[in-house]
Amino acid sequence: MAEAARTTGAERDLWVRMYRLMVLSRALDHRMWILNRQGKSAFVISGQGQEGLQAGAVFALDPAVDWLAPYYRDMTLVLGFGMTPREVMLGQLAKAADPSSGGRQMPAHWGHRARRILTGSSPVTTQVTHAAGLALAFRVRHERAAVLSTLGEGSTNQGEFHEALNFAAVHRLPLIVLVQNNGYSISVPQSKEMAVADVAARAAGYGIPGVVVRGSDPVAVYEAVRAARERALAGDGPTLIEAKTHRYTPHSSDDDDRSYRTPEELRAQKQDDPITLFREVLAAQGLWDDEAEARLLQEVKLVVDDATDYAEKAPYPDPATLWLHVYGSDDAPAAGAGRD
Amino acid sequence: MAVMSYLEAIRETLRQELRRDPRIMIYGEDVGVRGGVFRVTEGLQAEFGEDRVMDSPLAEAAIIGTAIGAAVNGLRPVPEIQFADFIFPAANQIIQEAARIRYRSNGDFHVPLVIRAPFGGGVHGALYHSQSVEAFFAHVPGLKVVIPGTPYDAKGLLAAAIQDDDPVLYLEHKAAYRSLKGEVPSERYVIPLGKADVKREGTDVSLITYGLMVSYSLKAAEALAKEGVSVEVVDLRSIRPLDVEAIVATARKTGKVLIVHEDNLTGGVGGEVSALIAEHALFDLDAPIMRLAGPDVPAMPYSPPLEHAFMVTPEKIQQAALKLARF
Repeated sequence: MAEAARTTGAERDLWVRMYRLMVLSRALDHRMWILNRQGKSAFVISGQGQEGLQAGAVFALDPAVDWLAPYYRDMTLVLGFGMTPREVMLGQLAKAADPSSGGRQMPAHWGHRARRILTGSSPVTTQVTHAAGLALAFRVRHERAAVLSTLGEGSTNQGEFHEALNFAAVHRLPLIVLVQNNGYSISVPQSKEMAVADVAARAAGYGIPGVVVRGSDPVAVYEAVRAARERALAGDGPTLIEAKTHRYTPHSSDDDDRSYRTPEELRAQKQDDPITLFREVLAAQGLWDDEAEARLLQEVKLVVDDATDYAEKAPYPDPATLWLHVYGSDDAPAAGAGRD
Repeated sequence: MAVMSYLEAIRETLRQELRRDPRIMIYGEDVGVRGGVFRVTEGLQAEFGEDRVMDSPLAEAAIIGTAIGAAVNGLRPVPEIQFADFIFPAANQIIQEAARIRYRSNGDFHVPLVIRAPFGGGVHGALYHSQSVEAFFAHVPGLKVVIPGTPYDAKGLLAAAIQDDDPVLYLEHKAAYRSLKGEVPSERYVIPLGKADVKREGTDVSLITYGLMVSYSLKAAEALAKEGVSVEVVDLRSIRPLDVEAIVATARKTGKVLIVHEDNLTGGVGGEVSALIAEHALFDLDAPIMRLAGPDVPAMPYSPPLEHAFMVTPEKIQQAALKLARF
């Protein structure tokens, strides 16, 4: 983070906003686990540990024109793209007004058309070919915009990772693929997922740049994504960025990571916590102090409490809506049988 | 009115649609310079340019996956899968993504997408260039599956599929491409998806069918007319959604139903049509519902006698319909 010394005022403002976003995301995530342990939410899947790289990436984009094709650990990213804490919590509690799916999908399956966040599914990596297609439409219409798709390193073993990057490289599409390498594909460590040390090395197979960045350094990620976006807008094609990061929680609320990693390993990873490290960077720059921190934590607590209360009071979907949105013409029967 | 082949009707519709709507884009393996391995898209890249008629890498999941993304971002993609037999690498994208996106996003997103794929046998295509894949996809709510049986229907159904706001799998029978000819109006028209068509009126036996088997069933009906058997031929045209009303109406009318398809018997469209008739018209029947279908072997073999043994032919339809008429 040596760049910190030669930054402009506007950039310093940006960093403070990044930090605030990271802290908000961590606090919302914590609350989700509490709701899960209270029996109020059946499932949590989180991005704790990955907030820094997501905050860096999202501020390098233009939410007015770009598209996001995220994956399930991307709460920081979607908050940065305009989804609100209330909306996040509506999804977590499976309420009717959840913008991602109206409570139809598991939590963290983000989607929000007005915010240009593509709906996602659970079979991993399908979003990367979708992202290439979103980018294809930009290229065909000669629009200056880019698409960011994210995934874990485990997902890079899927065929569609290869198919999407190859397609995007051949057609020089404005696509940025950001791999959040937290070292584990649920329980399987990277050494048993692939025979390369860096996912970014795979970029060579597509004739595109592959960049490795430290995930706990939001500024480094911001700069890498900004450079990739410039390359995309210039018509030079996709970039593969790999952010080395950590997953501080089990894979999900149904997993127990004590069965495959040691407490020592996790403790060591927490020395590289993006929130702690970035706070120190900001403090060293004179951009942050204990008073600002205390104020932010109080503010964030109110936001998280509000989101939780709002979502808890919000209604569930009406069972009669089960039949809606199979087809656009849902006044007509959805199928030949079963609709008498 | 011009006489066109089934293939020409599809090509002219694609040309007309590309001219009508700048959002429409065609891509797939070999569809550009070569004009497709069956030449369906011949001349289209020359007329519309590479941005609208584009060769893609050989990767089916990417073809459909990118088409979904492009559709979400405002285009109306009409990708081609070169042979229906090769659609399975893209099955996850079709079933889990395209078909579920409207539902899973609670109506926030939708995918206007038409996937064209040549299917069917009798063309010396062996196991992997002869398959009928429709039953796999007809099982999926959120998807529409359309199979024209005539050049006229090929045009109107394709135009309807392209203007539809949901994903449509449009299956074109390879043996029909050049063998079927018919009058096709030059102006644009649409045939509503989910509506069957009575291709021949009759009173003794109903043949319910689709695809190449429509023309085969009409041949069988013609031959049976000479034996004094009056056969009605109902072309489903869409197998999802099915036209329940038309199916029940013909069953009630003749009381004897033979369902004909080239796809394997078990788990095929015939089972669904049969269940609908049993649910809605059982007491109007004068005979058990019968099915004539491809045999339950993994796929169509190459060697001519084996291929012939697999195929449903006009003669086999005639025999089965006669047996039913005499029940």
